[in-house]
Amino acid sequence: MKEETILQINHVDRVYEDGDTRVQALSDVNLKVRRGEFISLIGSSGCGKTTTLRLIAGLDQPQSGEIFLDGEEIRGTDPRRGYVFQQGALFNWLTVEDNIAAGLKARHVYRKNRHRIQEYIDMTGLSGFEKAYPHQISGGMAQRVAIARALVNDPEILLLDEPMGALDSFTRANLQDQLLELQKKKNTTMILVTHDVDEAIYLSDRIVIMTPRPGKIAQIIDVEIPRPRQRGGTEFLMLRRKLLEKFNLASADPQPEYNI
Amino acid sequence: MKIRRYPVAVILTISGYFLATLLNVILPQYADIKTKTYRLWILMVNRNDFYRGVVILLAIGLLIKGLISRNDPKRRSKYIKDAPLQFALGIGLFLWDFLGTKTQIFVQPFFPGPAQILESFLQEGGFIFNNTLYSLRLYLFGFLLGAAFGIGTGILIGWFPKVYYWVHPVLHITGIIPAVAWMPFALTLIPTAFWAAVFLIVICVWFPVASVTAQGIAGTPKVLLEAARTLGGNTAYQLFHVAIPNALPQIFSGLSTANAFAFTTLVMAEMMGQPGGLGYYINLAKVWSSYYKVFAAILIMAVLFSLITELLNQIQNRVLRWQKGLLKTEE
Repeated sequence: MKEETILQINHVDRVYEDGDTRVQALSDVNLKVRRGEFISLIGSSGCGKTTTLRLIAGLDQPQSGEIFLDGEEIRGTDPRRGYVFQQGALFNWLTVEDNIAAGLKARHVYRKNRHRIQEYIDMTGLSGFEKAYPHQISGGMAQRVAIARALVNDPEILLLDEPMGALDSFTRANLQDQLLELQKKKNTTMILVTHDVDEAIYLSDRIVIMTPRPGKIAQIIDVEIPRPRQRGGTEFLMLRRKLLEKFNLASADPQPEYNI
Repeated sequence: MKIRRYPVAVILTISGYFLATLLNVILPQYADIKTKTYRLWILMVNRNDFYRGVVILLAIGLLIKGLISRNDPKRRSKYIKDAPLQFALGIGLFLWDFLGTKTQIFVQPFFPGPAQILESFLQEGGFIFNNTLYSLRLYLFGFLLGAAFGIGTGILIGWFPKVYYWVHPVLHITGIIPAVAWMPFALTLIPTAFWAAVFLIVICVWFPVASVTAQGIAGTPKVLLEAARTLGGNTAYQLFHVAIPNALPQIFSGLSTANAFAFTTLVMAEMMGQPGGLGYYINLAKVWSSYYKVFAAILIMAVLFSLITELLNQIQNRVLRWQKGLLKTEE
């Protein structure tokens, strides 16, 4: 079966200039993502994984090359490309429910779709906290609100920028399972930026390894472990070792900083 | 002193005031001053009757407050905490009455007793009331206009870099100048004294509010604006639903500062060329060495300005309720 390509990145370069210093953040990045796929971008700091994500979101523009979503070139932000930020970036003055409704209200489609709010509150396990403010809930819940807020717009693709980086390992494992469940239900394509090798293996269909200076894609690895995956399973551990080895070879930095 | 039982707290709270009233009745008038009788609606009262009436009303008010607060744990503990202070205030009133009115050990006419101060209201309560209304009207026009202009310009400066470049330096320099310095211009250029004073209050409110509003808007975390963009929010959404709500705590702190400035400017403006107002009343009383009337005006200011400040705080708490842990969530 030939799967449909949803996102296509062609020869993308991104250079940041600050006075005299010139940083090649991305150099000739090429990637094709299939509909419904879960992709992880992994690599040490400065390898351009967040830059790649921001370019896909339209928060930043490439100097050269193009990015297409459904054959349409990306020019700016669009609610069809949802984004979950590292620290959640919730609106502190809005309740959980109003945070989730923000996208619908911003697009003036709230009236028609207000029933979706409760649907996503239930789906992300936030029932009972509808009227709570962001500072009253835990970090894990805040990230679930951020995910629900992006998903309520029914995006074709969800971009996740280390959403679980700041969470403890139990909350993180929980959220990972919820993310997979949400993906299965809605068949949303997801691209995750992470530092965490285990997280990448547990979640992804494919893992994209990036290397710094200049930021580029070093290798793409298919994860063929059947789901549901066991974090301690033999295949899991073998892939993990393989990945870490690749990493040490692929990285220009002899001492990469990963959470293992 | 640690009070354990609530009824004790209530009795302690009101007993100071009752003691002050009782001693006012029992103790003779040692110093030689005349006591005039005034007509108050259907009653004929002198200043001592009026003073006792006010103190008793105060005590009854505190008693009612005590009864209402008895089932609310928060208010209840606050009431218990305040009880010794209330008692001391009652005793203070008695001492003041004794030294200011009864014996006149205090130098007269500069430091009148409480009954003499309250006598101003018997003498010319209507006049004081009208002057209070004048001050209130002046304050409301000045503060509300100043706040509106301040928030408006602050948003423009904070949001548009061009406006920041051209307007912010002007604001920065003129903001340092005390508003009353503009008084000569205000009085000559603006046709009515009332609007001249409004102008001064507007100026003194405008600058602090504009400056902190601009800071708040310009300091909106970039990630929040980006989040709004990815959710489909246009520029207007980013300004009105992200930057402004995010800046509201700062806007309110600017309003509190401006509120204090406004009181100062208000009274100074009234003392220099207004046909009414509490500042004007103080000036008038001073000319006749009626210092008890000066104190009466100060008393009104204390009450009025506290009420206005309290109202502003209430509005702030309501608008910024998301900052407080008011909503309890079950974990």
